[in-house]
Amino acid sequence: MPQKLKGAQILIECLLREGVDTAFGIPGGVNLPTFDALYQSTIKVVLTAHEQGASHMADGYARATGKVGVCLATSGPGATNLVTGIATAYMDSIPIVAITGQVRTSVIGNDAFQEVDTIGITRPITKHSYLVRDAKDIARVVREAFYIARSGRPGPVLIDLPVDATLGEVEFDYPEQVNLRGYRVRTTPQIQPEAIRRAAEAITQSKQPVIYAGAGVIYSGATAELFELAHVLKAPVTTSLLGLGAYPETDALSLGMLGMHGFEYTNLAVAECDLLIGIGARFDDRVTGKADEFAKKAKKIHIDVDPASINKTVIVDFPIVGDVKQALRELLKQVKALDTKAWLSSIAEMKRARPLTYKEKSRLLPQYIIQQISEATNGQAIVVTGVGQHQMWAAQYYQFSRPRSLITSGGLGTMGFGLPATIGAQFGCPEAVVWDIDGDGSFQMTSQELATASKHKLPIKIAIMNNEFHGMVRQWQDQFYGSRYASSVLNPVDFVKLADAYGCAGFRVEKKDDVRPTIDKAMQITDRPTIIDFLVEKKEDCWPMIAPGKPHFQMIGTFEMLSKEGGVPQIRKADADESKLSLG
Amino acid sequence: MAEKHTISCLVENHFGVLARISGLISARGFNIDSLTVSTTEDPTISRMTIVVDAEGPRLEQVKNQLGRLVDVIEVKELLEGQYLDREILLARVDANGATKAELERIAKRFGAKLADSTDRSVVIEAAGDTKVLDQLVEQLRAHKITKLVRTGRVALER
Repeated sequence: MPQKLKGAQILIECLLREGVDTAFGIPGGVNLPTFDALYQSTIKVVLTAHEQGASHMADGYARATGKVGVCLATSGPGATNLVTGIATAYMDSIPIVAITGQVRTSVIGNDAFQEVDTIGITRPITKHSYLVRDAKDIARVVREAFYIARSGRPGPVLIDLPVDATLGEVEFDYPEQVNLRGYRVRTTPQIQPEAIRRAAEAITQSKQPVIYAGAGVIYSGATAELFELAHVLKAPVTTSLLGLGAYPETDALSLGMLGMHGFEYTNLAVAECDLLIGIGARFDDRVTGKADEFAKKAKKIHIDVDPASINKTVIVDFPIVGDVKQALRELLKQVKALDTKAWLSSIAEMKRARPLTYKEKSRLLPQYIIQQISEATNGQAIVVTGVGQHQMWAAQYYQFSRPRSLITSGGLGTMGFGLPATIGAQFGCPEAVVWDIDGDGSFQMTSQELATASKHKLPIKIAIMNNEFHGMVRQWQDQFYGSRYASSVLNPVDFVKLADAYGCAGFRVEKKDDVRPTIDKAMQITDRPTIIDFLVEKKEDCWPMIAPGKPHFQMIGTFEMLSKEGGVPQIRKADADESKLSLG
Repeated sequence: MAEKHTISCLVENHFGVLARISGLISARGFNIDSLTVSTTEDPTISRMTIVVDAEGPRLEQVKNQLGRLVDVIEVKELLEGQYLDREILLARVDANGATKAELERIAKRFGAKLADSTDRSVVIEAAGDTKVLDQLVEQLRAHKITKLVRTGRVALER
């Protein structure tokens, strides 16, 4: 006969069976039984400074490892503090399970102390959620929650646990099977052979193809298949922001990132292509610009696990619904080499004529700093970012070559994501070198998590591009709001002193010559977090840019525009050398 | 104006499912004409009949978004001519001795009946498909409708 356990113990038993080794969170009134049970288990519990930190850490852990991240909070304010992190994970399809405490079932709905309708608040930002009213349901719910979080198009699942459910004693009966009749994961048998055949035929007829890869390639573990497809077809590959790392930027067929702050030649290639092969990407508005002008000359193939992503913003000609890896394997059986010689030459010419550039200025520039971090880490670090200019520069100037090496909030654009996600990633990958490339505005939204990083002696590196502005807001105000800096000017902060207060190493860099030595010094510190406070040019703009709602071929801040300003444009060193293109 | 389409969903019959569906519909900005829910022959499953004002890719979006919900077991668009649909209507209409007979005649023509009758008004009860009830309402407007309620469409495949 199965033994009787408390609900909280059943929860822990189930977490262990799901392979959970780390959980991030904060205890409070109604989730004390859960924390008490965790205390007696082998699961490492990371106490965070704020629940938002816990949800971003679970997210960073999940993005770095591919495993499900777990965060915990108490009822009421604990649960509402998780919300931003859950929404961030939802927008980027990240598998996390959030476990919240809830007031006892007999007082739910009575405006009890620290009561909030957590399920109601999180309904639109979770893949699914559960209010568990009885201890006997905990095992089934946890099993289902992890299954839903990690399968299909991944996403956050929330479990709301009233305190009496965690205290109730029932027989522990672990469900071996998940039985969800309403949840059908798209897998191979459902990929329609006809859809594959039609897409393959469209590929055969293409002379100017571009592959547009998104995070779905990384999540489904299909980077090898993507590489093979690109090389079989001799088709260039661009990635979305979240797709960076899905294709090595060191490869000659790499076009880097497209979209609002994508490369000029990349956006032009997309505007000119005759076939766009979208793979595990969702045609986000930051990618497409004006949606009905996006890749207007191209037939479009779209492979996605989520049928609701098909034809959502851009109407495609050849949809394939299913797991990206399986779909690519099927597609690879039916395609052969294309003659893209002329196309690749014209792209090489575009690269030569319109490289990614910035202009040297008297003060330190973030682009240079990020290139130096890229070189110092040989492109092998896990790079985490906040949101803003520094995020776009990190996407442009760090050379990504492997999946899960960029961790950034793409869909929701959550400032403050950087530090806690960095901590989560370092917990998930203790051996990895993890850099948080952040802005002073973004960083200060969650900087209290330095306490968490310091307590666990995490060797994370934090590079703050300190320009005393909400830089992207300032740039838009300069571009579109007559340079009226409404609430975008930040108070100067001494981040070296802040580092000291939290027991972290801290350095300030003001000169170009000090950039690389300081980065190298930070790389040597392995027993605590390091902050480098880079005092950068205050009004450097992030170029090039497609203004919101404009088509790809109308970019501003282009190579040509920057060249006219005088001075020597700094060309991104890392651009793939077109002489390496195999044009056979 | 977009054509009205009828979507029939089988959903888990438990707490919070209606909130999920109505939340999704409002958050995605879909225009809903009517939505009915009731249990089916299987007490663990409810059927929802949703009439939406959408077509083409937008209609596909509604169906796909509904299909993503874990609690939604099946989503089916019911195509014109392949299903039966009914709704029930109750209308209170001003009436006196002279007009009551006329209202009775209208009701009879539509297979409806007078569910209630006072000196000053009658309540007409009718069941039928949406078009028939629309015609009935048109005819009743000649008299004064003071209150009107319709259940929204329920539908079943043929």
